[in-house]
Amino acid sequence: MSIAVTTQIICFSVLSLVVIVGALGVILLESIVYSAFLLGGVFLSVAGLYLLLNASFVAAAQVLVYVGAVNVLIIFAIMLVNKKEDLKPIDNLKLRRIVSTSICLTLLSLLIRVDLSNVWGIADPNRSIGEESTIRIGEHLFSDYLLPFEVASVLLLMAMIGAIVLARRDVMNEDISTGLPVDQELIEKSSEPLLMKKN
Amino acid sequence: MNSGLDLEYSFNEILKGFGLSSELAHIIWLPLPMLLVLVSAVVGVLVTVWLERKISAAAQQRIGPEYAGALGVLQPIADGLKLLVKEDIIPAKADSILFTAGPILVLVPVILSWLIVPFGQNLLISNVGIGIFLWIALSSIQPIGLLMSGYASNNKYSLLGGLRAAAQSISYEIPLALSVLAIVLMTNSLSTIDIVNQQSGAGILSWNIWRQPVGFIIFWICALAECERLPFDLPEAEEELVAGYQTEYAGMKFALFYLGSYINLILSALLVSILYLGGWGFPIPVEIIAKVINLPIDAPMIQVFTASIGIIMTVLKAYLLVFVAILLRWTTPRVRIDQLLDLGWKFLLPISLANLLVTAGLKLAFPQFFGG
Repeated sequence: MSIAVTTQIICFSVLSLVVIVGALGVILLESIVYSAFLLGGVFLSVAGLYLLLNASFVAAAQVLVYVGAVNVLIIFAIMLVNKKEDLKPIDNLKLRRIVSTSICLTLLSLLIRVDLSNVWGIADPNRSIGEESTIRIGEHLFSDYLLPFEVASVLLLMAMIGAIVLARRDVMNEDISTGLPVDQELIEKSSEPLLMKKN
Repeated sequence: MNSGLDLEYSFNEILKGFGLSSELAHIIWLPLPMLLVLVSAVVGVLVTVWLERKISAAAQQRIGPEYAGALGVLQPIADGLKLLVKEDIIPAKADSILFTAGPILVLVPVILSWLIVPFGQNLLISNVGIGIFLWIALSSIQPIGLLMSGYASNNKYSLLGGLRAAAQSISYEIPLALSVLAIVLMTNSLSTIDIVNQQSGAGILSWNIWRQPVGFIIFWICALAECERLPFDLPEAEEELVAGYQTEYAGMKFALFYLGSYINLILSALLVSILYLGGWGFPIPVEIIAKVINLPIDAPMIQVFTASIGIIMTVLKAYLLVFVAILLRWTTPRVRIDQLLDLGWKFLLPISLANLLVTAGLKLAFPQFFGG
C-alpha cells in the first residue's frame, strides 16, 4: 500500500467517525449550544470528505455556506434567544421514544439496503477533472440547471420576507396561536437626540 | 509556465541522490514549507507588534519601547514570554471545553489561509485551484470561534463582544467576496499565482489597483473590519465592552487571540498586495532588467535575484499596508455599531455590486485591458 492511499484511508476513517459521532451528539445532547457547535463540526468534516473526493470547490462552498453562514446564524439565534424555560413533561414519553426509534431504524435499514443493492456508477479515477470542476459547475449552473438555480433564489426571497414580517412586530401585532396582542415594548422607538430634550 | 526556482523539485532530487524513494522524499519535504510559513507568520507578528508600539508612540509624540534591545526591538519577545509564563486561568463558572476550543478555532483558520499566499512563482505551500476562494471560506469559520469564546466566558461583555464580532464579520464578508470576485472575473482564475501573473505585464502600470480602484478601497475597508482593527474594533471596544470576547482570557489563551488578530492583519495586507499591488512583481518588470544587463532570464544568477526580489517586494508591500493600518488605528475614532452595519449593508454592498457590473461590462467592452 502506498503512502498516499494510507493517508487517504486514515483521513477518511477519522472524518467519517467525526461525522457520525458529531451527528449523534447533535441530536442526543441536552444542551442546545453544544448541539449547534457540534453541527458546525459535522459540516466541516463533510467538507473534508468532499476534499478527499477531489471536489475542492464544493468543499470550500460547503464551509462558506454551511459553516460560515448557516451555522453562525443558528448559533447567533440561540445566543440571542437563550431563554431558560422548563419544558412541559410529555405523556407517554417512553412509548413515543420506542415508536420514533423503530421508525428511524426502519428508515436506516432501508437506506443500508439501498446502498448494498444499488450499483453505483463510480467514475473512473483516471478521468477525474480535478481543478477543472469549478468551470464545469459554472457551466451546468447556467445551462441545464438554470431553472432550479433561479428558483432557489425565489426561496431565499420568501425566507427573507418572512423574517422581516416576523421581526417587525408592528406588521403582525397579534400572536398567531393565541390571538392576543403582542408585547411591543422591545420595538425600537424612533431615536431622538439626547441633547434636544434638555431645552 | 514554470519559470523561476522550484525548491521542492531540487530538494527531492537531492534526497533521491541519497537513495530515498520519491514518496519518502515528498514526506520529508511536506512539513518544511509549513514550518517555514508558521515561523515567518510569527516573526511577522513580532515585527508588527514592534511597529505598532513604535508608530503609536510616534503618533502620540512619545518614545515607545526603548530599553529592551536596540530601539526596543526585543519588546515583543518580552511580551510573548510574559504571556507564555502567565497563569492559565479558566473562570469557575465558565464552560471549560468551549472556553479552550474558542481561541484555537480563531487561530487555526487564519494560519491555514497562509497556504495560498505566494511569495514567488513557486514559493508557496500549495497552488490549489480554488486559491483565493479558500481564504474566503476559511475566514468565515472565525466567527464561530469568537461566538464560542464569548458564550463560554459566561460574562455579558464577552457575549456581546462575540455577537458583535459575528455580526460584523458576516456583514463585511459579502462586499469583500464581491470585490475579490471582480478580480477573479478579470483573471479568469481563482488561483493567487494566476492573479499575480495577470498583473505582471508592464510592471507598476499593469497592477490591478489602476483597473479596480473602487474594489481596492472596498477590499481594504472590509479587510480592516474583518481584522477588527480600530475604526471597526467594536467587538473589543474598551470603553463599552471592557475587552469584548477576550475579557475573561489570560495567559496563553489570550496570546492565541492576540497572535490570531496580528497574523490576520498581516495576511490581509499580503492579500491586498497580491490582489491589487502586483504581488511579488517589481515595479519595473524583471524581464526588462535582465535585458538591460544582457543576461538570459533563466540564468541561475537572475533566478536567485528574481526570487529574492519577489520575497522582498511582497513583504515590503504588505508592511506598507500594515503601516497604513497602524496609522489608521491611532488616528481615527471608532464608528458606532449602527454606523458600522449601515456602512456595510447600505454603502459597501451596493457599491461592490455596481463595481462587479462595471468590471464585467469593461471586460466585454475592452478585453485587451480587462482580461479577455
